[in-house]
Amino acid sequence: MGIISRGFSGRGRAVNEDLPPGQFLTEDFPVLSAGPTPDIDTAEWSFSIRTEFGTDHTWDWDALQSLPTEDVTTDIHCVTRWSKLGTTWRGVSLDTFFENVETSREFTMAHSYGGYTTNIPLEDLLDGKAWIVHTFDGEPLDPEHGGPARLLVPHLYFWKSAKWVRGVTMHDSDDPGFWEQNGYHLYGDPWREQRYW
Amino acid sequence: MTHLDGNVLAGPLSELGDLDVTTLVGTCSGCHDASVMAAAMVYPDAPGLVVRCHVCGDVLLVIVQSTAGTEIFVRGVTGLPLFA
Amino acid sequence: MSGWKVGTVTTTSTQTASARAISLEVPGWPGNLAGQHVDVRLTAPDGYTAVRSYSIASAGPGETVELAVDRLPDGEVSPYLVDDLQDGDQVELRGPLGGWFVWRPEQAEHVQLIGGGSGIVPLMAMMRSHAASGSTAPFRLLYSVRTPDDVIYRDEIAALDDSSLDTMLVYTRMAPVGWPVPPGRLSKAILAESVFPASEAPLIFVCGPTGFVEAVATWLVELGHEPSRIKTERFGGK
Repeated sequence: MGIISRGFSGRGRAVNEDLPPGQFLTEDFPVLSAGPTPDIDTAEWSFSIRTEFGTDHTWDWDALQSLPTEDVTTDIHCVTRWSKLGTTWRGVSLDTFFENVETSREFTMAHSYGGYTTNIPLEDLLDGKAWIVHTFDGEPLDPEHGGPARLLVPHLYFWKSAKWVRGVTMHDSDDPGFWEQNGYHLYGDPWREQRYW
Repeated sequence: MTHLDGNVLAGPLSELGDLDVTTLVGTCSGCHDASVMAAAMVYPDAPGLVVRCHVCGDVLLVIVQSTAGTEIFVRGVTGLPLFA
Repeated sequence: MSGWKVGTVTTTSTQTASARAISLEVPGWPGNLAGQHVDVRLTAPDGYTAVRSYSIASAGPGETVELAVDRLPDGEVSPYLVDDLQDGDQVELRGPLGGWFVWRPEQAEHVQLIGGGSGIVPLMAMMRSHAASGSTAPFRLLYSVRTPDDVIYRDEIAALDDSSLDTMLVYTRMAPVGWPVPPGRLSKAILAESVFPASEAPLIFVCGPTGFVEAVATWLVELGHEPSRIKTERFGGK
């Protein structure tokens, strides 16, 4: 450990017994990104699920707004060690999107405007565990936080909650996405501290 | 924060040794631009440093600090004499 | 971990309402070139660490390192360095770093320095190095700030202005009383009037917030300067 700098404590944070191992609590909402913020017009926006049969199930912005919508309150955990408790979102469950999707594949890759990818097993997107969200803290989701819409998969490290999500493709193996190719864990369970390879 | 540039790579990559990577010329595998690494675009607010071509935006390198130490993933740049 | 040296604060000097110059004694410091930077690491009692890069305002041999830090409103490290750090306190430093954005006294060509806000810091090191070495290489400084109260190293810049260094301040929000030019953002037209022309093929160093640096670099190329003669260092922010 390095020498201690007198009086330095860093951004206001606390270690909290209820957090996953190695996490600090934050009141901020840090913006992390692997690249520039894409500029997406909701008039052009769409979200698709592509199956192994080449079938595309696609929703545009109006369709998204007309699907059954939920309010979600959840904790989020970033692999860079900050956690934010009680975040509030509004969006559509992936169960709704997958209702009429026929697939025998067990893995998915989420794709984002701008090229970001992250892999998630299909069962981690279903049964009330994931949403496409467009509202954060009562306001339209800011572009720097993934707006107009992002994936929300809060039981995994937050890099899996792909900002600027545009689609999900079905895979027959757990192929790695962006961070998973660059040293990060394929699954990413914060409670088992699955940060790196 | 918006992006920075490759000058900030000097510190993290100093662990490779005395080599100053920021003055080395790398060729982007995407658009073939050949520039010093100091001129690359760097996105530092992420689970790693993401180094992108300043012309086409493709990812050149990703640098991650894990429990194993500093790891460099060469994704889209060639010609860097990283290991002399 | 290898590579980190301990620096002890010897003096500090308030430069503006948000910026402070900090001098540190760093045993084992090998000296540094003008334009290089250092990574500063702070460790909290619970082991939490934060690392930030800062340009070095000093240049040359010796074990003294001078930094000038501007407090970012939502910063984690800069408020500590500007407001809390005291003489005798210690931080860890890694460096000197960076061989690209540097000026060496052996270089005889024209040099154009363009800084925005705290981007003046590495340029200050270059101006100091230029003066200390007796270099007669023609130097020009264009320094863009919001108001007269935001000029870092104001007195020293004025004192260094001589036969081989021309300095010019651009005020973007508020100018001093009697200033011949109304305040306004730096523009391509102001650059065209103030910087060495492309025909002199100056080596150009541009430093400051990312948006500032990229706008200036674009204008310089439009004014005919070769991209290979322009070196940039972005400090983030807008």
